Amino acid sequence: MTSQAFEEISPADFFYRNRDIAGFTNPSRAIFASIRELVENSLDAAEIAMVPPDIYVRVTYSDGDPDSNVYKLRVEDNGSGITSRHIPSAFGQALFGSKYKLKQSRGTFGLGGTMAVLYGQITTHKPAYIVSSTGSTKVYKYRIMIDIQRNKPIILERKVLINKEQWHGTIVEFSLEGDYFRAMPKILEYLKQTAVVNPYANVAFIDPKGRFYKFTRVTTMMPSPPKETLPHPYGVDVETVKRLIQMTSHRNMLDFMRTHFHRISEKIAHSFLEFTGIAQTKNPKKLGPQEIVKLVQMMKRYEEFRPPSATCLSPLGEELLKAGILKELKPEFTAVCQRRPATYAGHPFIVETAIAYGGDIPRKGDFILYRFANRIPLLYDEASDVTFRVVKTMNWRRYKVSQDMPIAVLVHICSTKIPYKTVGKEFIADRPEVKREILNGIREVARKLQRFLSKREHVEREKRRLSVFSKYLPKIARFSTKLAGKETEPNIERLLESVNTVGGKEKNI
Amino acid sequence: MEEKKRTSSESALHKKMKAVTDLKTLGEALYHQIEQGEFPWIKMPTRSIDNIYYSPELRQYILGERRVKRSARNIRHIRPFTQLVWTAFFAHQLSTQRKTSTLRDVYYSAQAYEMSFKDQSESDNVITDLETVIGLAREDFNVFPEERSAVFGDLTIEYTVPGYEGRRMNMTSHPDGLMIGPALTYSELVKTSADKVIAIEKGGLFTRFIEENVHKKFNALLVLTAGQAPRATRHFIRRLNKELELPVYILTDGDPWGMHIAMVIISGSANAAHLRGLATPDAKWSGVWATDIVDYKLPTDPLTEIDVKRLHELQRDPRYKAKLWQREIKTFMKIRKKAEQEAFSRYGLTYIVDEYLPAKLEETK
Ligand SMILES: Nc1ncnc2c1ncn2[C@@H]1O[C@H](COP(=O)(O)OP(=O)(O)OP(=O)(O)O)[C@@H](O)[C@H]1O
Ligand SMILES: [Mg+2]
Repeated sequence: MTSQAFEEISPADFFYRNRDIAGFTNPSRAIFASIRELVENSLDAAEIAMVPPDIYVRVTYSDGDPDSNVYKLRVEDNGSGITSRHIPSAFGQALFGSKYKLKQSRGTFGLGGTMAVLYGQITTHKPAYIVSSTGSTKVYKYRIMIDIQRNKPIILERKVLINKEQWHGTIVEFSLEGDYFRAMPKILEYLKQTAVVNPYANVAFIDPKGRFYKFTRVTTMMPSPPKETLPHPYGVDVETVKRLIQMTSHRNMLDFMRTHFHRISEKIAHSFLEFTGIAQTKNPKKLGPQEIVKLVQMMKRYEEFRPPSATCLSPLGEELLKAGILKELKPEFTAVCQRRPATYAGHPFIVETAIAYGGDIPRKGDFILYRFANRIPLLYDEASDVTFRVVKTMNWRRYKVSQDMPIAVLVHICSTKIPYKTVGKEFIADRPEVKREILNGIREVARKLQRFLSKREHVEREKRRLSVFSKYLPKIARFSTKLAGKETEPNIERLLESVNTVGGKEKNI
Repeated sequence: MEEKKRTSSESALHKKMKAVTDLKTLGEALYHQIEQGEFPWIKMPTRSIDNIYYSPELRQYILGERRVKRSARNIRHIRPFTQLVWTAFFAHQLSTQRKTSTLRDVYYSAQAYEMSFKDQSESDNVITDLETVIGLAREDFNVFPEERSAVFGDLTIEYTVPGYEGRRMNMTSHPDGLMIGPALTYSELVKTSADKVIAIEKGGLFTRFIEENVHKKFNALLVLTAGQAPRATRHFIRRLNKELELPVYILTDGDPWGMHIAMVIISGSANAAHLRGLATPDAKWSGVWATDIVDYKLPTDPLTEIDVKRLHELQRDPRYKAKLWQREIKTFMKIRKKAEQEAFSRYGLTYIVDEYLPAKLEETK
């Protein structure tokens, strides 16, 4: 007889063993992912504090040795800060976070920051150093490590300082093994694209060689912050409903439906309950397990629910998107489009698209794709992304556009639940509803580009036309004068003017 | 020797004077249009294929009624229009200064006036336009092609070109023959003892004929067309025919292309449908015929695909309606063979002069 040994592992342990799925695949990806996770936390924090982000990122050789592959990463922000007692867990406990709510944010899993610190620890066995203040009278300093097996922070040192300047924000610093120079192009690309969709942010970056990169804001206008929302009946499952029943204070189904779900009016609650056959007066706490399952099934089947509202979303908006593109990509022309809110499986989402042409956009023999989700650039696995497929299958010739033109296509999806395929947040799954919005959004900006190109071509044709006339008419005048044996040449100004005004009129067509 | 001096070469001079005034009139018209605030324009017969007709009366191609208006208002016309005006100006200058120029010269001269032509065919085309506009051949405004053909035999001419006025020249004075250039084109035909003209496609045979004294034996003027006869040569052959009343016999290779060289001398080309005075409708194609290939058992080459295609085109061409031509085309198609003039060498070097030529001159009389 053999016996198998069973054991339990903690979330931290799980992600330690499976760090690939969080994007920490190799030394190059790890340093990229660490920077990225911390920058995204900082951007979220600044938006919570409703201040334009000022983010400072520095990578140095740990111990100053250029030959070692150990780096020290430091990220500073001017965000909301973290309340003192949550600081250790925020970075020392996997699956701990403040963003599990139903509103749009970059972070979702409660994992990113902790993964970065964990990776640092397992490769260098050094503690992480965190400073944070919410703008109160105190600043807190922590040195922590992670007890991976128990998924708990170990606090090595804690200091409280007086916050004279009412500073708010967070500083994170730790060492990690990495391959900065292999990761460098992606890191710079990441920061640049971050600047595109966060045109109100200042991001400064100093690399191990002391090179300084700066992405400066062009506006202090920020998108209006998302509001937390209730779950939409189309998007809930049995577990969610069970939890709601547990916490509700309402004693009848009508009030229960009205208060805990998104966009259910009394009238709709009424007719929905009629549809399910559950009495309005029934106490939700008395629902049996089978009844709960049936209730959830009915929710999916009932067709009269109003679609989720988009107040929980915070799209960038056409103006900011345009500003970001103009500042970072410097195209000759750009068109942007914000689609109306839509939903997939009860989750609201908004697609924003843009197209950029000419100027600094290079000719690559194919369109350059910029993909964003909740204002995060997605840089890996492009070919698996839904946007890639949409762009590939579109009939671009309809828009008089071809692959060899200098064109960049941007797609930004924001949602309370981005349909990522992995926790690494690298690419977006193929949801038909999302795909349709992306397609329509790209079509719209493609049409605008087509209009721009044909207008420009028209103006250029007119210019060429005029230059042809002003090249040849004087010669005709000169040679006919000589041929006719006259002394003075006839005046051709009138003719040239007439060509010009005709051109001017045609421009307005 | 009978002196046959004609006055029709004066009509050449007359044409030249007409060219000068017509060109100036054109300039005045354009000048006036611009002065009136109008985009200058020109109306001229269309030279497109669907406006080219074969005239049985004139026995040559002519342009139909359709005319086009070329206006400087039209962006696509303005460049060729300007080139046309420049060419008119340049031709007028040539004519008034009594200088001649070749087609190639015109192409290069344009550059001095910042009037570039893409290539020579573009400038040639504009010159043809100018011919069409004023209804005169380019030789009349002193522009000549490069290719030169030659004439040999007892013909005396009198030059009219500056510096040579009144000087006479006999066409036997040089053993290679004399080049049919501008000077010869505008000379007066004074006298000849010949009673026929033999036009020959190839230089080799032309030289052989001179060596073999064909001009004496057959009392003939020999003209080398050097392939497709240049217009000056066609004009010259016509003058020999009309002014000196000499019958013209044409000897070419025995293939569709040789046949067509003869036809262009006889009936003119579609390219020159806007011009008169180039065709010699009474000239005869004496050989080498397809039937000669059979009758004389000449060494042959097979017809190529292109040859056959050309035969099919010629078969439908209105100029080829006559029985002789149709018969020869059919024979070519049947035997699917062709022969060069040199093919007669198989029977000895003088065979063509001793046997073939007299027989054919007789046959096509
Ligand atoms: N710079 C920061 N400023 C303020 N709060 C922060 C900062 N960094 C992390 N936090 C807090 O720590 C929590 C955990 O961060 P972490 O990056 O691990 O997860 P997350 O951002 O919630 O989700 P994700 O795994 O998707 O990044 C966050 O939810 C946030 O509350
Ligand atoms: Mg995060």
